[in-house]
Amino acid sequence: MPWIDACALVDIEEEDLVRLDHEGRTYAVYRISGEEVYCTDGLCTHEKVHLADGLVVDHTIECPKHNGQFDVRTGNAIRSPACEALKTYPARVVDGRVHVEIP
Amino acid sequence: MGLMRLITFPMERDYSLTGPERQNAFDKGLAGAEWYRTPVDRKVLKSLMKRTDWPATRDMAIWVAVLVGSGAGGILLWGSWWALPFFFVYGVFYASAADSRWHECGHGTAFKTRWKNDAVYELASFLIMRNSVVWRWSHARHHTDTIIVGRDPEIAGMRPPQLIVLCLNLFGIVAVPQGLVALARNAAGILPPDEADLIPETERGKAIRVGRIHIAIYVLVALISIWSWSLLPLMIIGLPRAYGIWLLLVMGLPQHLGLAEDVLDYRINSRTVLMNRILRFIYWNMNYHIEHHMYPMVPYHALPKLHEVVKHDLPAPNPSLWNAWSEIIPCVRRQLRDPRHFIRPQLPEGAGVWEPVRSNQTA
Ligand code: FES
Repeated sequence: MPWIDACALVDIEEEDLVRLDHEGRTYAVYRISGEEVYCTDGLCTHEKVHLADGLVVDHTIECPKHNGQFDVRTGNAIRSPACEALKTYPARVVDGRVHVEIP
Repeated sequence: MGLMRLITFPMERDYSLTGPERQNAFDKGLAGAEWYRTPVDRKVLKSLMKRTDWPATRDMAIWVAVLVGSGAGGILLWGSWWALPFFFVYGVFYASAADSRWHECGHGTAFKTRWKNDAVYELASFLIMRNSVVWRWSHARHHTDTIIVGRDPEIAGMRPPQLIVLCLNLFGIVAVPQGLVALARNAAGILPPDEADLIPETERGKAIRVGRIHIAIYVLVALISIWSWSLLPLMIIGLPRAYGIWLLLVMGLPQHLGLAEDVLDYRINSRTVLMNRILRFIYWNMNYHIEHHMYPMVPYHALPKLHEVVKHDLPAPNPSLWNAWSEIIPCVRRQLRDPRHFIRPQLPEGAGVWEPVRSNQTA
C-alpha cells in the first residue's frame, strides 16, 4: 500500500483528529501528542457515523453518535454500542507532514 | 395483555419495532438517517465535550448523602406519619434522580473515568428496574431514530397518548410490573422480538446475566420483607421505583410529548424546558433536551453552556415546566380526538434550514 501525505502535523491539534477522504473511502487521522499519530477507518463500525466529529481522550476515540469508543492504536472497540474493531493503518510523521499507509 | 387493552386507547400506528411501521421507516429513508445539528465551531465543541470527574463526583456525593439521610430518617421513624416526608424525598432521589444518572452514565459522559460511569450506570439501572444491557441498546436506537415510529423503542407519548397508562405510571403502577416481568423474562433466558431487534447476538448473554442478578436481588428483598413481616425492606429497595418516579415523568415527558413524529430535526421533535437548580440537579440538565440530542457527547454539566451556543438556532425554550405542560395538555387532549395533531415549534428567523438526508438503509 502506498504512503499518502495526509496533512501537516500542525493541522491536527493534540488529542484530536481529522477526516481524510481518499479514493472514495474515508479515514480518521489522529494526533495524540507531539508526533504520536494514528490512522483508522473513518466510519464507526456501529452505524457508519463519521468519527471526525468525535472526541479523542488519551488513546481512545469516542463516536459522536452513541459514545461508543475505540482504541486508536489497535482499533479495538472498548465501549458498546461499538462492538466491532476499526481497521487501523500505519501512520508516521515525516518533516512535519503526517503520512498514512492506506489502500 | 387483556388488562392492558382495557387501559389503552386504540392507535392508528403500530409503535412496536417489529410491526409494519418498521418497514415504512426504512422505505421512507427515516431509519439511520442524517439529522440536523446546529453547527458549532470545533474548538468550542471540544471545550464543551471535555470530560472531568469532578462535577459528577460532587453530585453523586450529594445524591448518596440525600439517599442515606432520607432513608435513615424513614427507617428510624417507620411506623409514624413522620416517616412520610423522608420517604417522599428518598423515593424521588432513588427513582426520579436515578433515571438521569442512568442516562448520563449510559452515554459515558458524566465522569471522565470509564469504570465510574459503568458502576453508576449499573447501579442506576438496577434502581430504575431496567436491564442495563437491553436499555443501553434501546437508548442507542432512540438516538439514531428519535421518535421515528417503528424504530424508536422509547416513544413515551404515542398518538393518541396513552393517558391512563401515563397517569398510572406516575406511581409505576404499569411500569413496575412491566419492568419486573421484562427482567424475569431476561432472567429466564428469553429476549422478546423487540429486544432481539435491538441487541446484537454477542451481547445477549450479558443481558440474560443482568436480568438474573436484578431478579435475584429483588427476590431476596421480598423474602426479607416476608420473613420480617414488614414492608420496610421493600420501601428501601424496590418500591421507591413506584412511589418516587412521578417527578421524572413530570420533568421527562415534555422531552418529546406532543411534538412531531418521523422528522429528522431535533428542533421539531424535542423540547428544551428551562428549570430551576434543584430540578436540574435531580434531572442532570436533561431539560436541555434538543441540545443533548444534537450533541450527546457533551456532558450534562456543560449543557447550559451548549444551550447558550446554539439557542439562536433553536425554538425558544419553554421558560418553565408549568409553561411546557400548559402547551402539552391542550395538545394531548386534542390528540385524543385527532391523533394527527401535533405542536409545530417556531424556529427563529434565520435558523438553519435542513434538507433531510434520508438514509438508503434497508430493513
Ligand atoms: S454510530 Fe458509533 S457508537 Fe453508534
